[in-house]
Amino acid sequence: MIYRETGVHHTTYRTDMALFRVPLARWSVAGLLVVAVVIPFFATDYWFSAILIPFLTFTIATLGLNLMTGYAGQVSLGHAAFIAVGGYTATILLIYDIPFLAAVVLGGLMAALVGLVFGIPSARIKGLYLAMATLAAQFVLPWAISRVVPLVVPTGLAVAGGDTVYPPRPNLFGLEIDSLFERYFVSLAILVVMTVFAMNLVRTRVGRAWVAIRDHDVAAKILGVNITHYKLLAFAIGSFYAGVSGALMVFFYYGVAHVGEFNLDLSLKLLGAIIIGGLGSIIGSFFGTAFIILLPIFLNISLTFLGNAAGFQVSSGIIAGIENIVFGALVVVLLIVEPLGLAKFWQNVKDYFRLWPFSY
Amino acid sequence: MAILEARDVHIAFGGVQALQGVDLTLNEGEILAVIGPNGAGKTTLMNCISGWYKPDKGRILLEGRDITGLPADKVAAAGIGRTFQNTAIFHGLTVLENIMVGAHLWMRSNFLSCMLYWNLAQKEEIEVREFAEEIIDFLEIEHIRRTPAGALPMGLRRRVELGRALAMRPKVLLLDEPMAGLNVEEKEDMARFVLDVNEEWGLPVILIEHDMGVVMDISDRVMVLDYGRKIAEGTPDEVRQNPKVINAYLGVQSEAV
Amino acid sequence: MDFFLELFVNGLLTGVLYALIALGLVLIYKASSVLNLAVGEMALLASFVVALAANFGAPSWLAILAGVVVMVAFGYFVERLAFRPLIGQPVISLIMATVGIALFLRGIYFILSNKWPVYLVDLGLPVDSLNLGPVSLLSSSVVGGLVALLLFGLVGYIYARTRTGLALRAVSDNQTVALSLGISIDHLWAVVWIGAGLVALVSGIVWGQRIGVQFGIAILGLKGLPVVFLGGLDSMVGALLAGIFIGVAENVVAGYLDPLIGGGTKEFLPFFIMLIALWVRPYGFFGREIIERV
Ligand SMILES: Nc1ncnc2c1ncn2[C@@H]1O[C@H](COP(=O)(O)OP(=O)(O)OP(=O)(O)O)[C@@H](O)[C@H]1O
Ligand SMILES: [Mg+2]
Repeated sequence: MIYRETGVHHTTYRTDMALFRVPLARWSVAGLLVVAVVIPFFATDYWFSAILIPFLTFTIATLGLNLMTGYAGQVSLGHAAFIAVGGYTATILLIYDIPFLAAVVLGGLMAALVGLVFGIPSARIKGLYLAMATLAAQFVLPWAISRVVPLVVPTGLAVAGGDTVYPPRPNLFGLEIDSLFERYFVSLAILVVMTVFAMNLVRTRVGRAWVAIRDHDVAAKILGVNITHYKLLAFAIGSFYAGVSGALMVFFYYGVAHVGEFNLDLSLKLLGAIIIGGLGSIIGSFFGTAFIILLPIFLNISLTFLGNAAGFQVSSGIIAGIENIVFGALVVVLLIVEPLGLAKFWQNVKDYFRLWPFSY
Repeated sequence: MAILEARDVHIAFGGVQALQGVDLTLNEGEILAVIGPNGAGKTTLMNCISGWYKPDKGRILLEGRDITGLPADKVAAAGIGRTFQNTAIFHGLTVLENIMVGAHLWMRSNFLSCMLYWNLAQKEEIEVREFAEEIIDFLEIEHIRRTPAGALPMGLRRRVELGRALAMRPKVLLLDEPMAGLNVEEKEDMARFVLDVNEEWGLPVILIEHDMGVVMDISDRVMVLDYGRKIAEGTPDEVRQNPKVINAYLGVQSEAV
Repeated sequence: MDFFLELFVNGLLTGVLYALIALGLVLIYKASSVLNLAVGEMALLASFVVALAANFGAPSWLAILAGVVVMVAFGYFVERLAFRPLIGQPVISLIMATVGIALFLRGIYFILSNKWPVYLVDLGLPVDSLNLGPVSLLSSSVVGGLVALLLFGLVGYIYARTRTGLALRAVSDNQTVALSLGISIDHLWAVVWIGAGLVALVSGIVWGQRIGVQFGIAILGLKGLPVVFLGGLDSMVGALLAGIFIGVAENVVAGYLDPLIGGGTKEFLPFFIMLIALWVRPYGFFGREIIERV
């Protein structure tokens, strides 16, 4: 019985503090990885481009947002803008022949730098006022991008007023990353690494300091946490994740850097994703991202089906409308009944099995 | 030998003169109780010592070193640990993690090594975990070490806060009404912990408390505040006899009882 | 100079309308410390309802009445179903709840406008342009500006002179004291949400006249944020002054800058101003820093 904790005793703190403490967790993660590796062998092109690749790339963004907002409590209404910064930076670097991985990392670093700048007010303000600073990012950055990009991209490569740029085909150690299959695996590898980093951050000194600041900033400070330092760190790291995801979105999902894609809607959607998935939960970022990607697909299929059965055409406008209604209502309902989101339900399921067969 | 001194501390909020020239001396190894009616300025004095408020006038000295005006996190690093009157635990962290936050200030690993869970970070995390477990054993809260602190009742919250302050490895411990809202049994436990901390770890303690029984029992000296001024200081017995104190505070209390 | 004057006066009129959006934000913030990110969507919904009713042939007064009914019902239910259960939650949850409501309203708008595409609030107001010396203005803008000022006066009067206003002021000063005086917070919250719904109705109608009933109204709602930031989240006078300032600033700067850099100034400038202000005066120009207690 690998599904229970009963009978598992740790004799050293080292094993008790391992990333996955119980065999259950280790096995289920291993199982998930196997699934992740096997799926692409069966997936259709539609699966790749509508579900799998967006899921992998967007999850990196929601991980970052969750570190920043869910763990450290710094609400960001401008995450999409930081994604855009990473996406454009990486694209431009690729145009100038910087290797793929370096371009992705530098995209992330550029986003981190910009995030840091927009995080500066967090040293003195919090809550509402800070949320407004990030909202400013959402309006100021795309504007700045659409002015700056045409100046640095060689003419001919940028279209539509100069702020829409097609990246050259990236290659990894001399191998072109082209097919959906290849894009999937590269994205998967980067996501796995970023997830491990995030899990390490939240279970150590840094993560504890973040949550302490979120839950009671005054006490955190009086206990010796340099809260300015850790807030700025949250901005930088959250934006770094955004930047990396932006690079991958542009290269592997959108196939083009287009500033209109990274609008306030996307920011709000990502925020909704971590609320639904679970604030302050790594796995919650996965659930939330899956939710925002699957919801429209699910509604599309089921409503079209129902419409056909009832004999009328359901237009895409209606489906988009219902998607918004469901999404918005769910955000509100979850905030009221289960602020910890889907991750909490998952936890309940796990707790049930953890102590099995002694369920007291 | 004085380990902590406050000299002539003044602070005002708008029109309210919360402290008007208060002196405080805490000697090595002693428990100093600070008492006084509501609004006397006890918490405000602690906030001045721990660097949350900056006194308008006056000095705070820790082991002779001037710490006035340092930011609160630097004051903590200098060696002042404390708990809070209204409890300020971190709801989303487990009891164990709350206590480990206390150790934050003397940990060294930076965000990169944490991210990679690299050699140093891992070693340090384990070392801090061991240390935190000692505190947990001492406070007899093993059974709740993985419970989110937000789910705890008041009695345990106060204990977790004490543990968190101890994890700071402070030179001086400030306890702001650690027994408020506890039942008799919990109060006894807490009094025992405070005494143990003081005797076994040799930690000097400033204790703000309204329960005179506890104050008389465990403190070495008592200082009385009223309207932002010190009106008496001495051994528990001396203070109990002091007419000014009876007038300003104890009288009111016995009427209330 | 004439060009400047024209930009200035038009900016002034736009600014008053920004102030109107900000007024809805301030009303809710004062009573409940919630920053309502759904202002724009509320205005959008209101203008759509009025336009739809007018489109179906309802006379102006009836169309407006329909808007009133919908917005009152909306304010009431939102407070009841979403915000009352959230009392005591951290600010971040409250902001995010308003994001949820914004998305919800968008969804409703998408569906309804898909079924009945209407683009104009037509209440039969004059649409000709007025010529005041060198400046020419759309008369509907002028009417809109006047209506907005009137509404400011009305809300200010309610705050200063009525019992409800007194209770509202008491709550924004100190919730605990207000509670102990026997003021029902639930009741007041419902009042402000309904009030904000009505303010949204007015801004929806006025904006609907100017730019048409379209999704842009929801985005415009966000312009209220830099305004309330500059003016202070709990100051109505601040909202009015800051609204006018932002309106004039963006219009004048855009008038000179847009031809040089190819447009877009109005979209980013208010937020840029807010950002600079956040850096230099983090608590706004009217808000004050408080020392937290522990
Ligand atoms: N941050 C602040 N802003 C405004 N006034 C303050 C602040 N902190 C303390 N005060 C005022 O200073 C005075 C002393 O308050 P303090 O909390 O120190 O009293 P106390 O002795 O701890 O009382 P209690 O026994 O009720 O805890 C009070 O009048 C209080 O209102
Ligand atoms: Mg006190």
